[in-house]
Amino acid sequence: MTEILKIANLNVTPKNDLTRFLVKNIALTLSQGKTTCIVGESGSGKSLTALTIMGLLSKQLNTNGSVVFQGQEISQLDNQAMQKIRGAKIGMIFQEPMTSLNPVLTVGYQIGEPLTAHLGLKGTTLKDKIAALLTQVGIPPERANSYPDELSGGQRQRVMIAMSIACEPALLIADEPTTALDVTVQAQVLKLLDELKTRMNMAMLFITHDFGVVADIADDVIVMFRGEIVETGTREQVLNHPQHPYTKALLACVPDAEGLKELKPIDYSWLEQVA
Amino acid sequence: MSQENSAGIILSANHLVKTYTQRSGRFGFGTCQIKALDDVSVQLRTGTTLAVVGESGSGKSTLARCLLQLHPFDSGEVIFDGIELAKIDKDALRQQRKNLQMVFQDPFASLNPRMKVGEIVGEGLLIHKLGSVAEQKEKTMQMLTRVGLQASDAEKYPHQFSGGQRQRIGIARALVLQPKVVVCDEPVSALDVSVQAQILLLLKELQHEMALSYIFISHDLRVVRHIADDIVVMNKGKIVEIGKVDDVYRAPQQEYTQHLLSAIPGRKAA
Repeated sequence: MTEILKIANLNVTPKNDLTRFLVKNIALTLSQGKTTCIVGESGSGKSLTALTIMGLLSKQLNTNGSVVFQGQEISQLDNQAMQKIRGAKIGMIFQEPMTSLNPVLTVGYQIGEPLTAHLGLKGTTLKDKIAALLTQVGIPPERANSYPDELSGGQRQRVMIAMSIACEPALLIADEPTTALDVTVQAQVLKLLDELKTRMNMAMLFITHDFGVVADIADDVIVMFRGEIVETGTREQVLNHPQHPYTKALLACVPDAEGLKELKPIDYSWLEQVA
Repeated sequence: MSQENSAGIILSANHLVKTYTQRSGRFGFGTCQIKALDDVSVQLRTGTTLAVVGESGSGKSTLARCLLQLHPFDSGEVIFDGIELAKIDKDALRQQRKNLQMVFQDPFASLNPRMKVGEIVGEGLLIHKLGSVAEQKEKTMQMLTRVGLQASDAEKYPHQFSGGQRQRIGIARALVLQPKVVVCDEPVSALDVSVQAQILLLLKELQHEMALSYIFISHDLRVVRHIADDIVVMNKGKIVEIGKVDDVYRAPQQEYTQHLLSAIPGRKAA
């Protein structure tokens, strides 16, 4: 199995306080055709990790460590070089499908943008490719002329997916792509992402706080707590045999559909003692 | 005082119909009617939680708003504690409002950013003229500490709090009036899973302490399983299935309910 992305010793700190670690000593490896889920609460550093890979971090933040993508060290690349990778080799889907689409451009135009920028497609080839992409994500191709506000939340997220896979990236980063969606739509979008990952043999980094979603889509799981990785393992290992007290505590506050277990919120003071 | 009428039903809706008119056609000259509620009848038993589930656009929130008389409805009736709410006049309805409170979905949008937390929570007491100023203040403080905040938080503004804390403020605001019915419109869907567990447990505790009856609107069927006694499944403004939570989850009768339940993430691997 080919290694797509390897992160080692990654730290993120604010520029004005280099001792405060927002992300601390992260190491992870993503392989072709595998879905890796990062789970954690708000503020655990999940999204920061994803943004660091993409080189989209705020200028107020300082990073060090290595991010190797397909054998190339990308953490020190300048913006211009990064732009060639972003959208072409690494695709990204954001949480909020409404705010991440431009409301004054048709969805067809927006899906076409990476195709023109990275592959130089235009005219009818471009049109055909946009139509093909829309079909692939389950939207009728004539919807290319619609504006984002004419689509439902699920459709918008499908458009985002079409845009992110347009250039057939080797790595797809999905930052809570289904959090804003209904449960039935969520199930459809998860299925679509899983199919696309298999068909295009991509590596997928999937960020979520929902263990139910993890159970459905993950091959490997990384649990983050306050900027650090506390546990990694296969889905089986982490969900059924969690080792770290934080993972156990986090699993204990997920309601189950059978209603069998008692909900237990996380007791942080206890956690600080044991961890 | 008829706290409970015959069968212990605190709030019931009978044959509610609500249609929205939407502009359609070229330049919006035409109109079309959307039935948001189509002959909906529900009953909330005293001291229990009735969950309303369904996808976006199924009419869940419209039902909540019609129950609380925040929206006029076309036909049907809402009976609270033996009173038909749509028939009484404005002043009498305002009197009843202290018994019918609401907790909103978005803890960021539902608190006035220019008011201090103490003012937000105490405003209901002020409006309903319950007690002296000192008593109101004391009640506000009690409520704040009860929901897990500190008395000193009363002097802060909403933006100084996290999402979970803001939802606690929203709960304190609803409960300070000691209502009988609280409508919770997706109270935990904007929250992290660990905070969600805290808020769910808080709502449950308060229900026992204050003998509250909840209408709990949610699209998360896992959450509903933990908090509700009865469940109403809605689709396109109609009630699809209604029953006890245990029964509906164990043996859903309708295809739509089965479809919803099968979409719960994490069922495969569990």
